[in-house]
Amino acid sequence: MATPESRTESAITPEVVEQHGLSPEEYERVLHALGREPNLVELGIFSVMWSEHCSYKSSRIHLKKLPTEAPWVICGPGENAGVVDIGDGQAAIFKMESHNHPSYIEPYQGAATGVGGILRDVFTMGARPVANLNALRFGRPDHPKMKHLVQGVVAGIGGYGNCVGVPTVAGETNFHPAYDGNILVNAMTVGVADADKIFYSAATGVGNPIVYVGSKTGRDGIHGATMASADFGEDAEEKRPTVQVGDPFTEKLLIEACLELMATDAIVAIQDMGAAGLTSSSVEMATNGKAGIRLDMNKVPCREEGMTPYEMMLSESQERMLMVLKPGKEAMAEEIFRKWELDFAVIGEVTDTRHMVLEFEGEVVCDIPLGPLAADAPLYDRPAMSREDYRAWAGVQPLETAPGSTDLGADLLKLVASPDLASRRWIAEQYDSQVGADTLQTGGDAGVVRVHGTRKALAMTTDCTPRYCHADPYEGGKQAIAEAYRNLCAVGARPLAVTNCLNFANPQRPEIMAQFTGCLDGMGDACRALDFPIVSGNVSLYNESKATGGGSAILPTPAIGGVGLLEDYGAMARIGFAAEGDAILLVGEEARHLGQSLWLRVVHGSEAGEAPPVDLAQERARGEFVRRLIGEGLATAVHDVSDGGLLVALAEMALAGNIGCSLDALGGPAAAFGEDQGRYVVTTGQPDRVEAAGIPVRRIGTVGGDSVAGVPLTDLRAAHESFFREWMEA
Amino acid sequence: MAFRGAVITFPGSNCDRDMAVALEKVSGVPALRVWHGDAELPDAVDFVAVPGGFSYGDYLRCGAIASRSPIMRAVIAAAERGVPVLGVCNGFQVLTESGLLPGALMRNAQLNFICRTAPLRVENNRSLFTAGYDQGQEIALPVAHHDGNYFADEDTLDRLEGEGRVAFRYLDTCNGSRRDIAGILNARGNVLGLMPHPERAIEVDHGGTDGRVLFESAVKGLVAA
Repeated sequence: MATPESRTESAITPEVVEQHGLSPEEYERVLHALGREPNLVELGIFSVMWSEHCSYKSSRIHLKKLPTEAPWVICGPGENAGVVDIGDGQAAIFKMESHNHPSYIEPYQGAATGVGGILRDVFTMGARPVANLNALRFGRPDHPKMKHLVQGVVAGIGGYGNCVGVPTVAGETNFHPAYDGNILVNAMTVGVADADKIFYSAATGVGNPIVYVGSKTGRDGIHGATMASADFGEDAEEKRPTVQVGDPFTEKLLIEACLELMATDAIVAIQDMGAAGLTSSSVEMATNGKAGIRLDMNKVPCREEGMTPYEMMLSESQERMLMVLKPGKEAMAEEIFRKWELDFAVIGEVTDTRHMVLEFEGEVVCDIPLGPLAADAPLYDRPAMSREDYRAWAGVQPLETAPGSTDLGADLLKLVASPDLASRRWIAEQYDSQVGADTLQTGGDAGVVRVHGTRKALAMTTDCTPRYCHADPYEGGKQAIAEAYRNLCAVGARPLAVTNCLNFANPQRPEIMAQFTGCLDGMGDACRALDFPIVSGNVSLYNESKATGGGSAILPTPAIGGVGLLEDYGAMARIGFAAEGDAILLVGEEARHLGQSLWLRVVHGSEAGEAPPVDLAQERARGEFVRRLIGEGLATAVHDVSDGGLLVALAEMALAGNIGCSLDALGGPAAAFGEDQGRYVVTTGQPDRVEAAGIPVRRIGTVGGDSVAGVPLTDLRAAHESFFREWMEA
Repeated sequence: MAFRGAVITFPGSNCDRDMAVALEKVSGVPALRVWHGDAELPDAVDFVAVPGGFSYGDYLRCGAIASRSPIMRAVIAAAERGVPVLGVCNGFQVLTESGLLPGALMRNAQLNFICRTAPLRVENNRSLFTAGYDQGQEIALPVAHHDGNYFADEDTLDRLEGEGRVAFRYLDTCNGSRRDIAGILNARGNVLGLMPHPERAIEVDHGGTDGRVLFESAVKGLVAA
């Protein structure tokens, strides 16, 4: 078959192939898939569909090993977002996604469009978004760009989420030099839908109209997916034009228009135009429906004159969706979108050819067989170091002799003032966390939002401890899942399922693949042991940068987003100490593990030691125990023990409740700051009624007074609030 | 008589549902929902709420485009007839832009969006909206805005103070507002604009019920009338 003439004329030279991010071997696959040379439009489509970002070519074979099923899972990975049953005919729909590279180049728009993209993934499936979360990793605060990046990312997340009217209720923020040249911005959205009104992406019904709605297509973001699939060179700044610009106002209209149309019976399939825009949405819809697709590029609403089919197919303009409608529903659908002042255009139809055919000015400019586009896609089983070799590479040694402490109170003050533990108030106050009037809790172990008009509530959290993942990818992967599980249990929620955002460096290096496979193995084991399956996710590779002269890889960062259900939010726990005289119970043993602890890093400047191991059976038993205490109304406050150990957990509970505590015995630095896993602090007014039933539970003190471990609350609060205030007001 | 409250929805409004829920929870009557493109309010409406959000994206100036929408002509006419009009957050901005209330809401002094619970003092409990509070009562309501920094010239501020038209005042320097003004009334007392969100504080589960009093005051006043 002859190659359709491309309006964008240039010949396909090896240089053009390389500019499209395809290796010579991958280009051979293109020739095989097509059975001929591609034109430029076709090359562009192959290039984005086979990019790491869209094809998961380095990760796919490993992702298959993750557990994705449970009786309450309605839809696992593969669609726009995961779906779980929350009872009463309702479903929670959620996903997390990265927007790392754009956020480093242009922090406000990068972060804002990250929020916009994940929102679309969720409302595409029929859910009204009810909450946003985020997981952020920045470099060292004294890096010359870092203040600007933090300000831009936080303002961008707020600027988008606040405008669309979805509360931002939880998140996490860490600082480490490994992110100096490659920050991580992961955004998560949770939505609620009727379980019998979930919308999927499979285009079916030959002759059904394909409809484009939302914003017009511009030249922004062309090749964003390809950019996100390479590490940064010296020229990161020059890539600014590949960052998209978000318009949350249009997104808000798109949410309302889509939900209004979804309430009717008009939609066959719907897909948002995210990374790789019109290309990936149309290819995925046709492929999922085992159908073909024909588009008339002259009908695509364009923002600029003279746009070529190549530009239209690769644009990543925001706030756009593609739908397949039932025949005869076009006029009714158009009326809804016009009411919301959005573009609406029938741009093509579903065919039975299993080809993607694009026409422009009466000529075929692209004809790609969809079967080979998927089947011939590259798939790599990249070599990984063994666990032993990795340990040697990472230089991990057991912590033989831990340093001592002359003043635990002084150490506590240092810890609560450190970047990773300081009050996040400066960040949190820039997000509207209350819009919707259903937010029940923020700032604790998990955000909690009630299901509108019911007594049910969804708890949600994002978690990962990258320094553990670096020291021991397997235990670190387990820990990320276990901490999410723990944070949901700590508010009284039954953990349901997980979404994830797997941020790693260059997979072509065996030590990075060792991190990737190790973390996934740990996550998989933890998900199985905790009945906490993975229902959606995203992989972001090549997170390393030469831009700062470091050539540095990020720490392995498999960010976990956990969602849980409170059947009745009347039984919900918070972290703040509630009443003087309450007994303080430690669930779990006295800590011994100081390796990889924040205390070691903040007080002694050392990142030595092994990551703390996670006992998954204990984790589950203790989580169920804590949930039972909360359900029976015995717990007056609950907090998991994580970064900074027991004393930091107690300080956070004291600050949240504005009451101090007295402790029976402090022990040494290991007991105070060790980061042994599977532990909670619970307070109760009825300690005699707590039946431990095989769980290690010990009274360690009493709520009351105005200090913690001899440190006045006023000093603790001043230290806790100091970091962001001094940094941002300087 | 039954309470007939209406909530306006502009493109970009995002507190319209919350406002309608609050009106229904307090009055027991579902709120009427009104589209920005409508030229008329529903018949015999006796309370109009202009909700928060980002009307028309708040492009140009916050509330500026909404203030020129067809429905606002009807709202202005209703206000001139004495129908009570409540504007919250973006609604307050719409009311100043449409001339129903004096002054303007500028970017917060700290330049950031702020979402927190703000301590307030009730400065006038003689209006329809505030009759259920004690004079001088200290309350707490959530704020969530980027442009809540109230500005008016000194003469206008003096007049507002002198006529008892400052309804709520921040007890801290929330956003840089002149004289810490959080909410003001029109001369007739039937139009209230405020930046804090009373509709987010009507249930114990919201963490406070100080906003409920505002709606109860209005419903009680109107049903008794």
